[in-house]
Amino acid sequence: MNALAVKAYDLRQDVLDIIVNGGGGHIGGDMSSVEIMMTIYDRMNVSPETQNDPDRDRFVLSKGHCVETLYAVLADKGFIDINDVKANFSKFGSEYIGHPHNTIPGIEMNSGSLGHGLPVSVGMALAGKMDKRDYRVYTVMGDGELAEGSVWEGAMAGGHYKLDNLCAVVDRNHLQISGNTEDVMKDGDLHGRFAAFGWHVIDVQDGNDVDQLNAAFDEAEKTKGQPTVIIANTVKGKGASIMENKASWHHHLPNAEEYAQISKELKERKEAMLHE
Amino acid sequence: MNKIANRAVMCEVLKEAAAKDKDVVVLCSDSRGSASLTSFADTYPEQFVEVGIAEQNLVSIAAGLASCGKKPYAASPASFITTRSYEQCKVDCAYSNTNVKLIGISGGVSYGALGMTHHSAQDIAAMSAIPGMRVYLPSDRHQTRKLFEALLQDDHTAYIRLGRNPVEDVYEEGNVPFEMDKATVLSEGTDVLLVACGEMVKPIQDAAKLLNDVGISTAALDMYCVKPLDKEGLLKAAKGKKLVVTVEEHAPFGGLGSMVAQVISANDPKKVICLALPDSPVITGNSKQVFDHYGLNAEGIAKTVTEALKG
Repeated sequence: MNALAVKAYDLRQDVLDIIVNGGGGHIGGDMSSVEIMMTIYDRMNVSPETQNDPDRDRFVLSKGHCVETLYAVLADKGFIDINDVKANFSKFGSEYIGHPHNTIPGIEMNSGSLGHGLPVSVGMALAGKMDKRDYRVYTVMGDGELAEGSVWEGAMAGGHYKLDNLCAVVDRNHLQISGNTEDVMKDGDLHGRFAAFGWHVIDVQDGNDVDQLNAAFDEAEKTKGQPTVIIANTVKGKGASIMENKASWHHHLPNAEEYAQISKELKERKEAMLHE
Repeated sequence: MNKIANRAVMCEVLKEAAAKDKDVVVLCSDSRGSASLTSFADTYPEQFVEVGIAEQNLVSIAAGLASCGKKPYAASPASFITTRSYEQCKVDCAYSNTNVKLIGISGGVSYGALGMTHHSAQDIAAMSAIPGMRVYLPSDRHQTRKLFEALLQDDHTAYIRLGRNPVEDVYEEGNVPFEMDKATVLSEGTDVLLVACGEMVKPIQDAAKLLNDVGISTAALDMYCVKPLDKEGLLKAAKGKKLVVTVEEHAPFGGLGSMVAQVISANDPKKVICLALPDSPVITGNSKQVFDHYGLNAEGIAKTVTEALKG
């Protein structure tokens, strides 16, 4: 069993604690993107010691509302203290706000307004090409986010400049706040749309599977002459049955009973994984 | 009449900088010609990024470059880079604290008969309202050079509005008083203070002469630094005056006049008249015709002052 896959359930508990202690958060998208962000950070050559190194890999969380997962991953990597986050998230005067802010160690760019991460990442990747540095740039977008026109401006430039040091991931959980993405505003043939902009497109059948994600990231690294987008099919609210695949859990705040139920199921799933 | 536009001077300064510093990069949105940056693109193709007609992308890509140590100058028509890309300016440049210099070319009513889509009469208000964003409107080619030389030395974002056409010199070559973020005193006086920025500075310089000739002692102040507004310089210049008149190529709300009035009313209350473009699409015409129509010329400004003093 992949140790990261097991750890994902510990981080989900951290995310749950952050949200419940802070009195709000975007739990559905947080839970769907845990493995994606963990896997990226596991691969990136960045650490608290190298966070200002010009050769470090870069990550931009374009779906900034899922910052709770980013906090959990950054804490796991030693950038910040998870207990500090849990105690202070969303509290008066706290630096741990509900979207990424680059005064927090390990966070490159501020986000929250959707459709910014990909164009900014294009700029980062272009800088790497200009300076002949071999760092890689990663960004994670939501599938609802893809309705923002600026995403496609970024996709256009990424393809035009053949940025093979750029890898975007779509957290394809098929749900957004108002319901199914295909009902709200159709994403349709995402594979074809990105391909038309000159991107190498990888479809990951289970975007909550660390091994499948790693295989996709390996392929992205080997892809030359074009940027890669990984369409990771995930489960919104992944980790506990009461919140999985439910649009209403986009930013639902669990009550005490739900908290206990989710915590119990996270523990059970982790145990089951350990005994596989 | 000077034949060199401020934008052309910008290109020269950026080329000089690019020769010494490979991190100085220019981005355009199919706007290299309009921005007079074709020569930069031809001379330093490795330090030039074309993003096509996509102004939001222009600003975000510039921010990404800046976050990796580049010193980007993103140039696009003022109307588009400010209001169309407003959120990118706010989030990716100011809020994320990236060193992006946003160049609004053909600012104000430079595009004349092309109409309101191409006029930028909201840019000062919009950009000034963003925390961390600085706003500069240089008045002539000599000050433009000084300003860009100063901006190349810092690492914070700023918006700089430049006009399209050559404007008459306000300053003499080789004698250009300039201190970053300090207004420049054009003339001293005891009765009236005129304050302007950008292309309206020459008209207040000339209006001050007209007024002094008829015995109204008039001071004139070039507030090229609209944000951070030079409050100290403004209050010093306004001290003892009966009247303050601001002149700007901008909508009547939220621009230089509003900011000057805020400072004067809070610290040294007196009458402030704000001359600006109207709160409506401007009349069709070239810049001079538009300015003349709305009294944004030396004669119009002088007339406003004499009538106000009579009243």
